[in-house]
Amino acid sequence: MNTTILLFLLQDGITNGAIYALLGLALVLVFAVTRVILIPQGEFVTYGALSYAMLATGQVPGTAKLAVAMGLVAFGLDLFSARKSLHSRLVARAVAVDIVFPLAVCLLTYALAGPKTPIAVNIALALLIVAAIGLFLYRIAFQPIAHTSVLVLLIASVGCHLALQGLGLVFFGAEGLRGPALSSVALTAGSLRFTGQSLAVYGLAIAFIVALWLFFGYSLTGKALRATAVNRLGARLVGIRTTLSGQIAFLLASLIGAISGILIVPITTLYYDTGFLIGLKGFIAAIIGGLVSYPLTAVAAILVGVVEAFSSFYASNFKEVIVFTLILPVLVLRSLAAPAVEEEKD
Amino acid sequence: MSALLSVAEVHIAYGKVEAVRGVSLEVGTNEIVTIIGANGAGKTTLLNAVMGILPLQGRTVFASEDMATLDIEDRVAAGLSLVPEHRELFATMNVEDNLQLGAFRIPKATAANSFERVYSLFPRLKERRKQLAGTLSGGEQQMLAMGRALMGAPKLLMLDEPSLGLAPIIVADIFRTIGELRAAGVSVLLVEQNAQAALQIADRAYVMELGEFVLSGAARDIASNQRVAASYLGFQHEGGSAV
Repeated sequence: MNTTILLFLLQDGITNGAIYALLGLALVLVFAVTRVILIPQGEFVTYGALSYAMLATGQVPGTAKLAVAMGLVAFGLDLFSARKSLHSRLVARAVAVDIVFPLAVCLLTYALAGPKTPIAVNIALALLIVAAIGLFLYRIAFQPIAHTSVLVLLIASVGCHLALQGLGLVFFGAEGLRGPALSSVALTAGSLRFTGQSLAVYGLAIAFIVALWLFFGYSLTGKALRATAVNRLGARLVGIRTTLSGQIAFLLASLIGAISGILIVPITTLYYDTGFLIGLKGFIAAIIGGLVSYPLTAVAAILVGVVEAFSSFYASNFKEVIVFTLILPVLVLRSLAAPAVEEEKD
Repeated sequence: MSALLSVAEVHIAYGKVEAVRGVSLEVGTNEIVTIIGANGAGKTTLLNAVMGILPLQGRTVFASEDMATLDIEDRVAAGLSLVPEHRELFATMNVEDNLQLGAFRIPKATAANSFERVYSLFPRLKERRKQLAGTLSGGEQQMLAMGRALMGAPKLLMLDEPSLGLAPIIVADIFRTIGELRAAGVSVLLVEQNAQAALQIADRAYVMELGEFVLSGAARDIASNQRVAASYLGFQHEGGSAV
């Protein structure tokens, strides 16, 4: 093998790894706060990517209407769960978050969508739509069962994944889509060529990791999210609403997923079901990080990306097999290190 | 003047087993009230239900507000605070972060004052402010749990067995601090198995047995009651088998 190929593969692997790192971080975040293993993370990727790609062609994606529909369901649930103590502030908040917010996003999308809409506006719209879907997904599917076991939450998570994937087929069709690149800049360093797109991937991945670190380390909201993860009852006893923590976690996760999707859709063609596999690779990174460690997850994600790049070069048929095999030694090692993990009771 | 906390005819059940049966109690402003009783009498259950952790039947009114429809978080915002038996600290976060989160529901400007107040009550916490809560000694963890609750400037602090598992010298320290809270305008509802220490600092006391209050009154009178002396204070009066 010559060095050029080696460098190319490394570059490719690190670019993909940066995306997996973002997704892995989102998974760790959601699991830490809500104990949900977020299988639909991949759907956030496809929804973000394909909504952006459709907006780029001047069409309004069906996800905008889905956000409104989910908002209506969330509104009904909010009213129902607060039926014993309906005060005006609570209702006003529910109307603002569940009805006004998604409706505004949807109307804005209809108003702005067109063949000449600038890329930045399309990105913002796609992010808003997916953020709303993420928020309501927690409210509808997970908040009512937040106190149940990890296994129940996982099953619900699988259900959400299947439902969202099916809806994805309705919204985007079976054909793959590609979106326009964020920038057409390209740099050459030796034999390597860095496109503006891959630079954006590195930049955003690093920016997000730093932002998450600052958010969790220094802001009161971030600390409250961590506190919820460490001790739910303790968090409630100081007045932190654990339901709100869960909603914030899902909001962040869906945003991260959508950004990852928008970053990769100009590089590869994405189909309505591609997100699942991408999300799974982020999941492997998160598992290697033990579902708790952000830095370990980021490093593992780069490893996953590089292994994937090399295996697709040498044994492309077995590419996924090789990547997913990575998880085996980790699971064996972890189970040897901690033979019995009892699930925390609430 | 109406009581700060008033609990009337409260029943609490775990499934079909009734752990607390028809209990009523009141805590006034600037008052220290203690509930003493043996293990399993239902003291912890009662505190948890007043905080909203367990559902109860009956009426709880705090600061003239009916608590029935409020969840834990709303009760915290209303000025009710519980230091639970297991303390429920954020073990992997440092002392300062734990305290800062205690002030989650109050404005930032007031939180600065709370820090000063808590650090002056518990100077040990200031020394250890960068240490992780999980690595503190038992006594320090109890101080942190109380400090965290006080950060939110509660009107009523409910303490569940603050002396549990602590060395006597630290217990004395904790009880001295509870006494000081009155001067700071915080009422206290204290659940204790260490009846002697509790009765020394309390104004009034309730004695709980098998889910019911069997005695109540001024702490002085309870402390001199023969039956209480025999059952909870560990000494027998002449010929005092029962009252």
